[in-house]
Amino acid sequence: MATIKIDGKQFEVDDTDNLLKVALSKGFDLPYFCWHPELHSVGACRQCAVKQYKNEDDTEGQIVMACMTPASDGGCFSIADQEASDFRAQVIEWLMINHPHDCPVCEEGGECHLQDMTLMTGHTRRRYRGPKRTHRNQDLGPFINHEMNRCIACYRCVRYYRDYADGDDLRVLGSHSNVYFGREADGAFNSEFSGNLVEVCPTGVFTDKTLGAHYNRKWDMQNAPGICTHCSLGCNTSPGSRQGILKRIQNRYHGEINHYFLCDRGRFGAGFVNREDRPRQPLVRADNGVLEPQDMDVILSSLKSVLAEAKGLVGIGSPRASLEDNFALRHLVGANNFYNGMSGPESHASLAALALLQEHAGRLPTLRDVESCDAVFVLGEDVTQFAPRLALSLRQAVRNEHHVLAEAANIPKWHARAVRDEGQHFYSPLFMAVPAATRLDDVATELFHLRPARIAELGFAVAAMLDDTAPMPANIDDETRAHAETIATALRKAKKPLVVAGTSLGSEAVLTAAGNVMRALESVHDDAGLFVTLNEANSLGMAMMSDRDVDHAFEAITSRRADTLVVMQNDLYERAQHGKVDAAIKAAKNLIVLDHSMTATIAKADYVLPAGSFAEADGTLVNNEGRAQRFFQVFIPEAPLQEGWRWCADLNSAIGKPVDWLGMDDLIDAIEAACPQFVGIKSAAPSTSFRKAGMRFPRSPHRYSGRTALYANVDVREKRPEVDVDSALSYSMEGYHGTDQPPALMAYAWTPGWDSNQAAITRFQDEVGGHLKGGDPGTRLLKVDPNVPEYAPAEPKLVQGWQAIPRYHIFGSESQSAKAPAIQERMPRAWFTLNEAGAKALGLAAADTLRLTIDGEIHALPVTIDPSLPDKTIGVPVGAHGLMGVRLPAAVSP
Amino acid sequence: MLSVLRTIWMTLMHTFRKRDTVLYPEEKPYLPPRYRGRIVLTRDPDGAERCVACNLCSVACPVDCISVVKAEDESGRWYPETFRINFSRCIYCGYCEEACPTYAIQLTPDFEMGEFDRQNMVYEKSDLTIAGVGKRPGYNFYRVAGMAVGGKDKGEAENEAAPIDVKTLLP
Repeated sequence: MATIKIDGKQFEVDDTDNLLKVALSKGFDLPYFCWHPELHSVGACRQCAVKQYKNEDDTEGQIVMACMTPASDGGCFSIADQEASDFRAQVIEWLMINHPHDCPVCEEGGECHLQDMTLMTGHTRRRYRGPKRTHRNQDLGPFINHEMNRCIACYRCVRYYRDYADGDDLRVLGSHSNVYFGREADGAFNSEFSGNLVEVCPTGVFTDKTLGAHYNRKWDMQNAPGICTHCSLGCNTSPGSRQGILKRIQNRYHGEINHYFLCDRGRFGAGFVNREDRPRQPLVRADNGVLEPQDMDVILSSLKSVLAEAKGLVGIGSPRASLEDNFALRHLVGANNFYNGMSGPESHASLAALALLQEHAGRLPTLRDVESCDAVFVLGEDVTQFAPRLALSLRQAVRNEHHVLAEAANIPKWHARAVRDEGQHFYSPLFMAVPAATRLDDVATELFHLRPARIAELGFAVAAMLDDTAPMPANIDDETRAHAETIATALRKAKKPLVVAGTSLGSEAVLTAAGNVMRALESVHDDAGLFVTLNEANSLGMAMMSDRDVDHAFEAITSRRADTLVVMQNDLYERAQHGKVDAAIKAAKNLIVLDHSMTATIAKADYVLPAGSFAEADGTLVNNEGRAQRFFQVFIPEAPLQEGWRWCADLNSAIGKPVDWLGMDDLIDAIEAACPQFVGIKSAAPSTSFRKAGMRFPRSPHRYSGRTALYANVDVREKRPEVDVDSALSYSMEGYHGTDQPPALMAYAWTPGWDSNQAAITRFQDEVGGHLKGGDPGTRLLKVDPNVPEYAPAEPKLVQGWQAIPRYHIFGSESQSAKAPAIQERMPRAWFTLNEAGAKALGLAAADTLRLTIDGEIHALPVTIDPSLPDKTIGVPVGAHGLMGVRLPAAVSP
Repeated sequence: MLSVLRTIWMTLMHTFRKRDTVLYPEEKPYLPPRYRGRIVLTRDPDGAERCVACNLCSVACPVDCISVVKAEDESGRWYPETFRINFSRCIYCGYCEEACPTYAIQLTPDFEMGEFDRQNMVYEKSDLTIAGVGKRPGYNFYRVAGMAVGGKDKGEAENEAAPIDVKTLLP
């Protein structure tokens, strides 16, 4: 700790921080460009100049850059000093010399860091009248728009893209005053985290193209606190809408999960909400076999008789729907007739993951904690494609070695360039035992390309090397032993080792092996951590709710125990072989589907009820670390589209079993009462009746415009603002806005003078880049089990012969984002992948078609060669861009 | 008593004064060009729409009676897809005109906008757009701002150098 003085006021600060971070944390308005809480200081833009004094008697002082000045004890600084202010105003005048002044036609306008800083420094009148430098733009694909003229050459983009996200196709090109930030040629960015450039760029060089297509300003957005539904990590988002159209997804700071960054699937994958082909009316299969719209009352009364006459109900939930929607369905069909909506292997793997998480509940690092782990062992997960945001955290984890070296050389941790130079190519160990090459290979210490069972074998061996009491798999070869030795040595040496495993390969053995490694690590380390990734946003929640999967549900239908199938936000064709699904649907007398998007299941349904997507409903999701997080309705959908759980409540009333949950609060109480494993979800966010100073919390910024004209063409009389009966948020700009509002109810980040998302959040944090004031939202449901678990027997079931294994892709493997137009443009072609020897053995060349029988169904796809795959392994693309409903890994005979 | 008589006398004398009021509507008063009346959307000197749908008028409006929806033509030029003013709410304060960076929105000396039906006070873009430049002849936003649009490439705006060649190392 240190005591410093800023403008005569005394502060207790952390002396390992720089002055800029300290000043911002203490609430000073100090302009900056090149500095970013995650990118740290390089002192390039000269914008954060302050006066530093030798001591309290010094009146002269000298101008220093706050971001490059340690906040060391006894420091005396002035931000308000006239000379320093003049200096800052001059600097911004230089930076603005070539700025094109096209704010009115710039998507960044209104949330632009450059606008904020220009105002903050007081440079409000342009003096330069000479010619301005101009640039040609590049086409950067469907996600990002490029307008190079606006660049002020702060280098933030390349520092984020190259130094933080390890991308290699955004460069500084040209020289001297001609520097150009772009790619060597037109085309989409390679990095899966390119979307963050939109927020990292302090001006409008990189803007969100999907927002530009139906643009409105930040102040005109109606936002809500959201949770990303495109993978299991549960990143916090702030979806913005206007007039019932979802405009964009922005990062919502969460100090323990995503902090400042999202992946491109999360940021650009929400376009499915605006699709024209969504079911927005209740649909009924007419006699001619066509789905026809029907009134809500009519369909409810026909469903009343359908449900009353049913011989038995089967309710299939969904790991992409909220706990509330699933619970409501469970209530409708009865707990015994409810199924978790996952495919068999997916459900088994998720249950194994849940068991593993429960065993190690005390040692589950958050996504943010992952960044400080100094040795990582990944078992089976291609994290970049499966849980993308984790890959970005792992990229930071391997750089811990830089910080170790820098500390030894007395370099402060915030001195970005020096830390990097000191660290050079020395990285903390990252071992990846995965089936094939991944996008994270560039930072891996060693890669082991193995089949799932062999990955498990390696894991068991590592555990045995770490702890003698752990079982060693029988007959392991010398190579595996040597690899295990290397990994075990590195993990033992580390201060904070991390094991990453997950359900992507559908292999329980891999998870069991990860459990053994974790147990062994716990015997050597106090700080070991386990990070488990799952398939979908609520996979863990569903594993907690029910252990019966879609196979059990189909069994109930085909064995005639039940004849009516009710499906909540799920596409059965993603969950089982298509033949099996067809058979189950045929056996069912009635198929009732509640969903927000058009699916193959809806195409077969007898009754369709339009349910709200994440943007049109409130709900709770349980992420991969067991954290229950609440998301809120962004806009009220046009009736009769409504929340899935409201449809279930209506159906309950229709069949004469009215429920007592008519709002979210009651429903959450009912969940907690019926399912003790979910006790705690209530505290994930304040209840509907929560008020601060008697006020709700606004969804829109206070200058939300056009209220009296938006709908004036329909009716000149203004509508009353809607009242939210499900949350403490308001559907207007009215309510309590302040830095002390509960973080779970923060729909957008804005504070006076700070309009840009990444800078405004500073005022809501306990310190810059730290936790949110009032605590990061969410409740962790997994309780620490005091019993030390036993080692599992090391018996990986090695498979000889050909095996098909799943290959994921960030754009395509997740079904909701795969319906977003921007993501569809980036979806890869579907290929079967195999190595050269395999292709030769099968007599195939690249691009030849391979017909592969998996579980009795024939799939034909062209072949591409991936030399990294193990022998006799065929990579199968799973998801919308490839095959759906295939159960992998599977033995095949091509 | 005297004061009462004085008052009656003064009132009588007023009868012979020149009238301050005019007999509207037979006689129209003179309104200066900068009078704040009916709002119009003007065009730039090239005859194209001036409005770029930046939404600044709408956010400046204290009664929130302007609604603008942005669209973009194939050359990247921004224009309003919808431009709606609810004149039954408008207070003719002129903030929108002040906020407008392109001189598109202007207030005119026309105040005769009474309607029997309030719904008729809602003006759409086609009702607001006029054929001329209004009070600001000569100004064309896209000639000043750096974005390339149809008919104006990069480097062709006022005070702009030709686009740089990234590959050159010459000073």
